[in-house]
Parts: sequence; C-alpha cells; structure tokens
Amino acid sequence: MSAPVSDVILRTDSVGRTFGKFVALKDVSAEFRRGALTSIIGPNGAGKSTYFNLLSGSLAPSSGKVTFEGQDVTGLPQHRFAHLGIAKSFQITNVFPQLSVRENVRIAAQALKTRFDIWRPRAGMAEFLDVADELLKTVGLWPRRFELASALAHGEQRALEIGMALASRPRLLLLDEPTAGMSPEETRTMMDLIVQLATERTIILVEHKMKLVMGICDRLLVLHHGELLAEGTPDEIRRNETVKRVYLGQREH
Amino acid sequence: MSAELATTRADLAPSSTGTRLLDLAERHRVLLAGLFLLVFPLVLPFHALAIVVLTYGLYALGFNLLFGYLGLLSFGHAALFGGGAYLCGIALVHAGVPWWLGILAGTLGGVLIAFLIGIIAIRTRGIYFAMVTLALAQCVYYLFYQAVDWTGGENGLRLPSLTTINVFGLQLNFVDSLTRYYVIAAFVFASLFILSRILASPFGAVIEGIRENEARARACGYDVSRSRLLAFVLSGGFCGLAGSLQAIHLAIVPVEMLGIETSGLAVMMCLLGGMGTFFGPFVGAAVFLVLENLVSVYTVHWQLVVGVVFIVCVLFFPRGIWGSILHWSRR
Repeated sequence: MSAPVSDVILRTDSVGRTFGKFVALKDVSAEFRRGALTSIIGPNGAGKSTYFNLLSGSLAPSSGKVTFEGQDVTGLPQHRFAHLGIAKSFQITNVFPQLSVRENVRIAAQALKTRFDIWRPRAGMAEFLDVADELLKTVGLWPRRFELASALAHGEQRALEIGMALASRPRLLLLDEPTAGMSPEETRTMMDLIVQLATERTIILVEHKMKLVMGICDRLLVLHHGELLAEGTPDEIRRNETVKRVYLGQREH
Repeated sequence: MSAELATTRADLAPSSTGTRLLDLAERHRVLLAGLFLLVFPLVLPFHALAIVVLTYGLYALGFNLLFGYLGLLSFGHAALFGGGAYLCGIALVHAGVPWWLGILAGTLGGVLIAFLIGIIAIRTRGIYFAMVTLALAQCVYYLFYQAVDWTGGENGLRLPSLTTINVFGLQLNFVDSLTRYYVIAAFVFASLFILSRILASPFGAVIEGIRENEARARACGYDVSRSRLLAFVLSGGFCGLAGSLQAIHLAIVPVEMLGIETSGLAVMMCLLGGMGTFFGPFVGAAVFLVLENLVSVYTVHWQLVVGVVFIVCVLFFPRGIWGSILHWSRR
C-alpha cells in the first residue's frame, strides 16, 4: 500500500481539524503519489473541503502533520505554499473580477519573481505576459484575454482560475470541486482539461460526483464523517463493500 | 516623461474616439498633469487657493493609494499629514535646517509614522482597520499636543516665515504667491510621477489584486500583510510630503491638522473626486476647497452646502466626479 519515499509528493500523518467542539476531520493519514491524479471523494459534509484546505494551507490542522516533498509544511502561511510549488483553485470562483483576463494570469505569473518591485514598468516585463498568454491558450481563454474577468461565464472563470494556479509552475495542483455549478457541457470541457493537465503534473482533486472522476483518476480517497473510509484504485473502490453501503448506495443509482 | 501604460485598464481593447482619447490621456497622465499644474493658478481667483488645492490634493492622493487602489479605508491619515507637517516644522524651528531638509524630514516622518501605525493596523481589515487607524491617529494627536516645548501645544507650531528660498543656487522670492505655487507644484509633479510609476509597476498590480480578491492574491503567493504595509508606508510618504508643503505654505502647523476632521477630509475628497482614479483626489480637493471658498463668501453655513453636495455625489455618482466622467466616456 505505501509507495517508496521518492514517489510520495505529499503525505498527511493523522491530521485532524476541529471547529470548536465540532470534529470536521479526524486522524487522516494518506500518501499522494507523484504524477498521479488522485481524487478525494465523499458525500456532503464528509470533510473533503476541510481536508483540501489542510493540504493547500488555507487552514492549519488542529493535530497531525502535512509533509510536502519531505518538508514539514504544517501551519505555514498560505502564501508560502505557492512558493513551495503547490497551487490551488477554490471551490467558489476566485478571480480578480475587475481586472482583465490577461492581467489575472499575469499577476499570478509575476508572484514568485517580483514581489515588492514598485518602480519598473510591468508593461515592459514580457516574460510574465508570455506566460499569461501561453496559459490562456492552454485553458482556452486566449481569445477573450482583453475582457474583464467578471464578464466571463461561470465555467470560463473556473478555467481562468486554473490558468492562474498554473502560473506558478506548481508541481502539485489542488482543485476543489472544479466542476461545481457547471453545465454538462462546461463539465465535459473542464474534465478534458484536467485529464490533459494530469499528463504533466500531480493533481489532487476534490469532487463529490463520484461518477465524474471514476473514469479519469489513478487513485481515490473516500472520506466519510471526517474519517478516511477507503483508499485505492477506482476498481478497488468500486468493489469496496463499505463504500458501496455508505456512499454509492445512497446517492448514485 | 510619459507614464507607462497600466496593463489593467488600458489592456481592454479600445472602441470609440472618446475612449481612445481617454486612453491617450491615461498613458500620458503625468505629462497632462504637468501641463495642468502650469496653468492651474491662472484660472483660480487667488493663488493661495491653488496652493491648498495642491497640498490637500496630494494628501488625498496618498490616502487614495491605500483606499482606492488597495481597498483599505483608513480613518487615521491625519496622523501622516499632520505628523509630516509637525516634523517638518520641528526640523525647521528647532534644528534650523534649510527648507528642503525640513520637507525631507516631514516626508520621512510620514513614512515613519505610517510604518508604526501600519505594523499594528494591517492585521485588521474593514471597519476594524478604520477604528484601529483612528485610535492610533488620536494617540499621535495627543503625543504632539502634549509635547508643548516641541510643538507649541494647542497654539500650534509657528514656523519661521520664508522670504527667499534657495533652489540649486537660485534665490527665489517665496513671498510671491505664484513663485510659491510653482515651487510646491514641482513637488506635486514629482509625486504624481512617482505614483504613476508605482501604479504601473508589478507592485501596483499586486495591490489591485489584493483589493479585488485577497484570498486569491494569497493563493498566488503574495504576502498580503507585507504588501499592505508597504502600500501604507508609501501612502505615508505622500501624506507626509503634503503636510510639509502645507506647513511651509501656512508658516504654522495648527494642531487641528492632526484631528479627526482632517482624516475625514481625505475620505471626503477622495470619494468626491473618484476613488481608485489617478486624478480623482485632486478633482475632489479642488471641488471641495473651491466650494468652501465660494460659499463662505455668502454664508457662514458653508459646511451645510458642501455637505449637501457631498451627499448628492455619494448617492448619485458613487464613482465620484472624475470616476463618473471616466465611466461614461468609456461606455
């Protein structure tokens, strides 16, 4: 079950998180393999988003340890994660609405190179514009680069977010329900994009529509009531009796 | 000398002639401002009014960097403006330094006070930020108010009146109001140039990003707290300079410069002119001060009239005067 050390990009050792008296997540230990597309699934309220937030640094765990490429990253401030090579997209669309589509990605691209440069004109920094244009082509938004981000449709804003997440050249990409609120058409486009991105990098994906990820991911983690219920390949999860009982049975016929 | 194209708005594809003209104006905004500064005193009834429009406009500009571009509402900017004025005055009166060193002292004083207030206040946001800055500004007020030996207490600090000033070996008659205007305008012009560079720099994009979406900026890898502190400190530099120029112009620093009303003035001028716009703060300062001067000729209740104008503006032109002009012509 456990992979060789160099193969593990991210691991959690019995991490837990409480909000007051409410235990959102309890003792979750897991390893995520480099190069794999792993999905974290579970019914609503299973603790998926809490777990995701611990992995991406938005929340510090109440207990346990998060290790990225052998380095303890538990409780580091959020902005450090991008510098380490972890990028994320949010569950709720999170772009810079009143800036142009291109500027959204450009700001993300300059984040790791210049931080407090208050003097040189950014219009002359071609490298960031090039990165922005390249990523906008990847996520299919290049023709709309001069529009305001707020003018994009919901699905397009999600794609823009992924473009921004890619701008830091992350080795680990974390996506929180990337198809939430999307039309079937938009969902298909997004899943195609994720499959394409997964060929070149490690992706961890939170999703509650199990069917959507079964066909594309290498491994699955099933959370239930804040605990890790099962872990394995899609086939193993499909055959797992416990998972069937608590999850498959009740939601997807 | 033209300002660099801000990728933010100028990135949007131009459409009409009006838009194109405005984009041209935006691109050469510093040059445009320079030309305007040259003719400005000639269109106003008296030069002293033109001077205070510049000093208050510069003060509102510093405030706007934080409020309009970064999205933090400070209610304590009087501490930077008044603090800068006092430190300039103290340098001139007690240390007897030349006028330009006094201005430098006031500017750095604004930076220092902003840093001290900033390291405490940037941890909070929204209404809490407004309250913390207000409280700390009151502390600054009392500090200067109590240090009577240095500041003159409630009588204010009287500065030696400058009759001639030495500019690179050139003796200028500082009593002549038009000369005085152009000396102060030179500082304002330099400030506009610096602000334009800041806004067009990578950091200018960062502060707009933080205003638009703090969580995303953080996820991108930006240290939001430090960026806020840097913006606050830069804002302090502009406000400190504005205070110093005001002190030298008036030859006195009244203690009211540190008061709550002075903090409110920055908010008002900024909203009136258009927050988050390059020229907005100066437009706001000009409208406010010209109204004050015009109306107070006819009635002592001029504040009532200015208040009504302000309310009408906020209700019907929430983008402010300059902001609305930009908005309409871009549609």
